[in-house]
Amino acid sequence: MNTFLFGIYPYICLTVLAVGSIARYERDPFTWKSSSSQLLRRRQLVMGSVLFHVGVLIVFFGHLVGLLTPIWIFDAIGISHGFKQILAIVVGGIAGLFALVGGGMLLHRRVSDPRIRRNSSVADIGILALLLAQILLGLATIPLSAQHLDGGEMVRFMAWAQGIFTFRAHVADLVIDAHWIFKLHLFLGLTIFLLFPFTRLVHMLSFPVRYLFRPGYQIVRSRRSAAGARSGERDRTAS
Amino acid sequence: MKIRAQIGMVLNLDKCIGCHTCSVTCKNVWTSRDGVEYAWFNNVETKPGVGYPKNWEDQSTWKGGWVRTASGKLQPRQGAKWRILANIFANPDLPEIDDYYEPFDFDYSHLQSAPEMEAFPTARPRSRVSGERMDRIEWGPNWEEILGGEFAKRSADSNFADIEKDIYGQYENTFMMYLPRLCEHCLNPSCVASCPSGAIYKREEDGIVLIDQEKCRGWRMCVSGCPYKKIYYNWETGKSEKCTFCYPRIESGNPTVCSETCVGRIRYLGVILYDADRIEAAAGTESEKDLYREQLGIFLDPADPDIQRAALADGVPEDWLEAAKRSPVWKLAMDWKVAFPLHPEYRTLPMVWYVPPLSPIQNAAETGFLDSDRDLPDVRSLRIPVRYLANMLTAGDELPIVTALERMLAMRIYMRAKTVETVIDEGIADRVGLAPEAIEAMYDLMAIANFEDRFVIPTTHRETVEDAYDLRGGCGFTDGNRCSSGISGGSLFGGSSSRPLRMPPEVSGWT
Repeated sequence: MNTFLFGIYPYICLTVLAVGSIARYERDPFTWKSSSSQLLRRRQLVMGSVLFHVGVLIVFFGHLVGLLTPIWIFDAIGISHGFKQILAIVVGGIAGLFALVGGGMLLHRRVSDPRIRRNSSVADIGILALLLAQILLGLATIPLSAQHLDGGEMVRFMAWAQGIFTFRAHVADLVIDAHWIFKLHLFLGLTIFLLFPFTRLVHMLSFPVRYLFRPGYQIVRSRRSAAGARSGERDRTAS
Repeated sequence: MKIRAQIGMVLNLDKCIGCHTCSVTCKNVWTSRDGVEYAWFNNVETKPGVGYPKNWEDQSTWKGGWVRTASGKLQPRQGAKWRILANIFANPDLPEIDDYYEPFDFDYSHLQSAPEMEAFPTARPRSRVSGERMDRIEWGPNWEEILGGEFAKRSADSNFADIEKDIYGQYENTFMMYLPRLCEHCLNPSCVASCPSGAIYKREEDGIVLIDQEKCRGWRMCVSGCPYKKIYYNWETGKSEKCTFCYPRIESGNPTVCSETCVGRIRYLGVILYDADRIEAAAGTESEKDLYREQLGIFLDPADPDIQRAALADGVPEDWLEAAKRSPVWKLAMDWKVAFPLHPEYRTLPMVWYVPPLSPIQNAAETGFLDSDRDLPDVRSLRIPVRYLANMLTAGDELPIVTALERMLAMRIYMRAKTVETVIDEGIADRVGLAPEAIEAMYDLMAIANFEDRFVIPTTHRETVEDAYDLRGGCGFTDGNRCSSGISGGSLFGGSSSRPLRMPPEVSGWT
């Protein structure tokens, strides 16, 4: 069971995440959107959405960098395992609280406001509830890891995450002794990856960074150059 | 110089009767769907009034259009690019649907299914958004129709800037006019500039501004970026939509639906050639009052042989040049200077222009008008204050408005003299700076307004850019996703549609 959940399930989830996202982007670009409901109700959205997004982004990139950076890099630049764990607890804890408060406001608004409730799909409410549960679980791991501040368990999780990406054999054995809250947190995180392409979460992949590098402000599409490039309507020239 | 062509529109407000045929036909064609039932790509407002959405002209609230920064650069009023991206989680300048109006329907089926009761059954309103009963309807798409509501609220209209407006609240001084509005298909569109996804674009060949529904991610910056509030967020599909200038009709040489169905024949469509390289300089002019003249300055004369050669070299088709020579928009805006852009101070260089309306002359006898039929009355004694029109059409510069109104009055006097008294009054023509032939041409276009004179629309040249062989078996016009309807309810990828699309909504009532 442990092998399946933490040795095989990650690959299922990551494959669905990659293939599903590509398929959706390619086959169903019309559904690729942020699904904002700000037009229908402004109340609670401004505060909730900003808190939630800022918190979640910090937590997400904290996990990404914290889990996937090889431990020897931290050793090389002189960051001890214990210090890294405390950093993760403090930053992650604060950002997690942000996300929890913001997400709570968003969920409250989504279920209690008749306008939003009626125009929410099962996936909209479900994914928000799952994210909130995941944040709660993440925050619940703080007291656990505060009991052993040597960073040993954290390094095992890092080894597990990196093992997944390096196809290490028997990788699930690394987390077999972890507390059930950690395990549930890992499982739920993987499940969110699994559901990612089927929900509105895909909008994070199209965060418009390119906007900052777009030359000028205007976009003009030309049929002539489009025909020349044989690329349908995709050609654009800035003016 | 980079010459491009645009199909522009002029609306002759002097002839608008406020019948809303344009709005209704537009709605039937484009927005009779869930999610945009509150959206009117074309709407007709009664002015003075706050309009739709409420107070759309007040850019200190909505932050639409452009500002000229201290260094002389143009920047969207809602902020530079990094500022727009910083607001992506929650757009502080986005209107709520109540700023337009909460869309509603009525429980018509109750009229048929009600049991026998003491009182007649009534069809009570129900929200189209939440499906809940509405106690009362607080606002609608045309709430201020024919000066509905009290003056205190209507006079929040920003066009009253620098006007002592209180006297216009008095019954004997009151005035009104209609203002049909649609997307301006600007030369310097701030919606395009605001779109982080790069989904909105201006078409090079005819200037129509469109939203790529497959590229739109619903960041909704265009809604606040457009100073005319003519981009609407479809809350059902999560994408923005806007007036398409009926491009499938324009491409085939037909007028837009709003123009074709206008019973007052107030709308004109024609080609305008302009210099794309001078857009930025014109829109960035320091003084707002110069923006109208600057925009005139980037329009290019299609009768000039040099311009014709350069236009052909830049890829403007030959028949578009011919159409440009006969363009009613050129005549009204450039030859006779009777058409003006709506709110040039937004610096978007709009391409839907307006002929200001004449109105009854106040205190006709006192101004001496009755003494002589052939004298030109003072247009400042017209019921609609010139200043009000100037605030709307020339950023407050009254002189061009005065000239235009005088020319329209002169046209009437000249033609009355000609047809009633059979006298050619060259004096009145001369007084407004026009030749008698020009006045008669104005009369033909503005008063008679034949279909073929109002709409001079060259067809598009798809044959030069598309291989028809590649299009065989295609789906024609769809809402996106190639051949699907664009609505993927119940699909694997979670079309968020919580209820099926009903189109048109009248077919099935509320249950």
